[in-house]
Amino acid sequence: MAKKHPEGYLSARESRRISKENRRITAQFEKKRKRKKVPESEYLTQMHDSANAVEFDNLHTYFFTDAGTVKSVDGVTFDVPLGKTVGVVGESGCGKSVTSLSLMQLLQRPQGQVVEGEIRLNLGDGKAYDIAKTPNETMQSLRGNFISMIFQEPMTSLNPVFRIGDQLDEVIELHDGEGKSKEDIKRRTIELLEMVGIANSEGVYSMYPHELSGGMRQRVVIAMALACNPKIIIADEPTTALDVTIQAQVLDLLRGLKDKINSSIMFITHDLGVIAEMADYVVVMYAGRVVEKGTAQDIFTNPAHPYTIGLMASKPVVGKQVDKLYSIPGKVPNPVNMPNYCYFKDRCEMQCADCAGQYPKEVSISDTHKVSCYRYYEKNRKGGEA
Amino acid sequence: MRNFIIKRIIMSIGILFCVTLIIYTLIRCLPSSYVESMAMQLSSAPGAKSYDEWLAQLNASYGLDQPILVGYVGWLGDFFQGKFGDSWKWTMPVMDKFRSVIGLSFVMGAISLVLQLIIAIPLGIIAATKQYSKADYAITAGALVGISLPTFFFATLLKLAFAVKLGWFDTHGLVGRNYAQLDAMGQLLDKAHHLVLPIATLTIISIGSLMRYTRTNMLEVLNADYIRTARAKGLSERKVIYHHAFRNTLIPLVTIVGGSLPGLFSGALITETLFSIPGIGFTSYQSMIVGDIPFTMFYLTFIAILILTGNLISDILYAVVDPRVRLA
Repeated sequence: MAKKHPEGYLSARESRRISKENRRITAQFEKKRKRKKVPESEYLTQMHDSANAVEFDNLHTYFFTDAGTVKSVDGVTFDVPLGKTVGVVGESGCGKSVTSLSLMQLLQRPQGQVVEGEIRLNLGDGKAYDIAKTPNETMQSLRGNFISMIFQEPMTSLNPVFRIGDQLDEVIELHDGEGKSKEDIKRRTIELLEMVGIANSEGVYSMYPHELSGGMRQRVVIAMALACNPKIIIADEPTTALDVTIQAQVLDLLRGLKDKINSSIMFITHDLGVIAEMADYVVVMYAGRVVEKGTAQDIFTNPAHPYTIGLMASKPVVGKQVDKLYSIPGKVPNPVNMPNYCYFKDRCEMQCADCAGQYPKEVSISDTHKVSCYRYYEKNRKGGEA
Repeated sequence: MRNFIIKRIIMSIGILFCVTLIIYTLIRCLPSSYVESMAMQLSSAPGAKSYDEWLAQLNASYGLDQPILVGYVGWLGDFFQGKFGDSWKWTMPVMDKFRSVIGLSFVMGAISLVLQLIIAIPLGIIAATKQYSKADYAITAGALVGISLPTFFFATLLKLAFAVKLGWFDTHGLVGRNYAQLDAMGQLLDKAHHLVLPIATLTIISIGSLMRYTRTNMLEVLNADYIRTARAKGLSERKVIYHHAFRNTLIPLVTIVGGSLPGLFSGALITETLFSIPGIGFTSYQSMIVGDIPFTMFYLTFIAILILTGNLISDILYAVVDPRVRLA
């Protein structure tokens, strides 16, 4: 019946069936998450490597939309080591933000759900939680306290009707407020504002967000993220909405803070230049999967996956004259109907005979450098790579 | 801010001139003339003057022989001196009649507004926070029914169900048959009992739009980035909704409710008339159908002033709740 129609067309009946099915599935997840007084043993787990702050293990995050299930994150595995910065790169819609929101459990509910896999969060002292199973109640005490997030849009991520000071005080009071007076909290807030380079900190304390510029607001958002000395900071494209000079300032600020606070940072961006400056490790994502990961050194000096190579080539280089900037041909496949072969195959300029087979497994090039591509399978390696 | 308010007041006065001119012209052109029916009545008495003679005499004594514009200027002059004249139908000063009926309308309006707020805002928030749940569908469908039903139809339904079939209330009137024999408390309860159906009508009819408004605004706010920020801080869902989101939902809500406050004095013409409640609405309806120019002019001008004040209040309240529009 559906064959008569173009791809992506849904009849009313199909659409109703999908939404009914979705509601059934999401209701189950929601019910599980909303339970009160869940025994800790249910979400207590062990880190595979105690030197990691977070371990994403085979994470699947799906969105159950009326047009079908969108597999935004489909089997993502990578680690964020303690005290290091991990850069996550990829084009828009490849699942970078969804991965980080899964860690915060801030996905758009009830459509967005972690359906499979583990996110192990190292709480120190050999204790770890599996975020995918942690109930809302416990999550609330971790958010803003243990994990915090710097959002993409400084212009809209502050509440327009509350003063800057009140918004910052709120976090400190919530997680660190025990035994502190109002003045103590205010002092800490002012200290934070100074730390992120706001000169007129007393004045800004009693200002409303609309009285500040974008760069200033992003500083406030950063201050908010740092308020309770989190172990993990997620920076979700913190410089995307800012102009270049402010971008540089904010990056300088983040780099300076990185040394000061010794937290792990998960840095999400689609700007390779920023990654090169900030990250110790790099994870390249494409269409909801990790295609390549390694140290910054590995990725920048020896990019292996055709997609990474394409990304590098499409970056403008100062001092080099080109008529037309390179761009990767084609577009990302429809997230509702992903092909069963390598997702990048249709856009890839370096295909080999094996590429028609199922999605390639992860291959190690070196101890730290891993890639999902047929070109690096043992048998292809001699001929495939020069 | 002060300049803004002064500017708005001056503008409102200009609008008021136009409105009163239009109303006056329309009333003078109305087919139901008080003077004509009066002349008809007087001339039909035995041995009376002819209809035409009576008409000319009455027109002269009521000042209707002048052209409309002259009549308007005369009315305006009196209006500015605070002379609203005597009502033709009620044969008493307009202000006296107004004073005797406005209290009831205000009480009805105020009770119904409070009920609306108490019911509509929480329901709207529940519908928004549980979007696409059964509760949401039930609330939205109920709101739609409330909006769609015309007042006269809904009031008639209520009468049929509760007055005719069940016999719990009287179909119309403010007081019962044995009102005069009751003590003070009994009289108050009797009136309250008679006001149940009219107030229910007023509330249910207007609850729908307020509820939908709350729901839409709340949904919009809940999808905002700063709500995600609030969640990322680790705030409880309760705090996120009732502190961060609600404060933002309040902005449009307060302006709407604030703007409707003057409307409390305008009475409910249709509902009061259907239930024969002697409030300002029913009184002016009776005045209008007999062509009582002084009272009708007074009532309509009063309504115009109320609406203009309402708009002014909304604008000022906007600045009060939303720091972004606070004017220097």
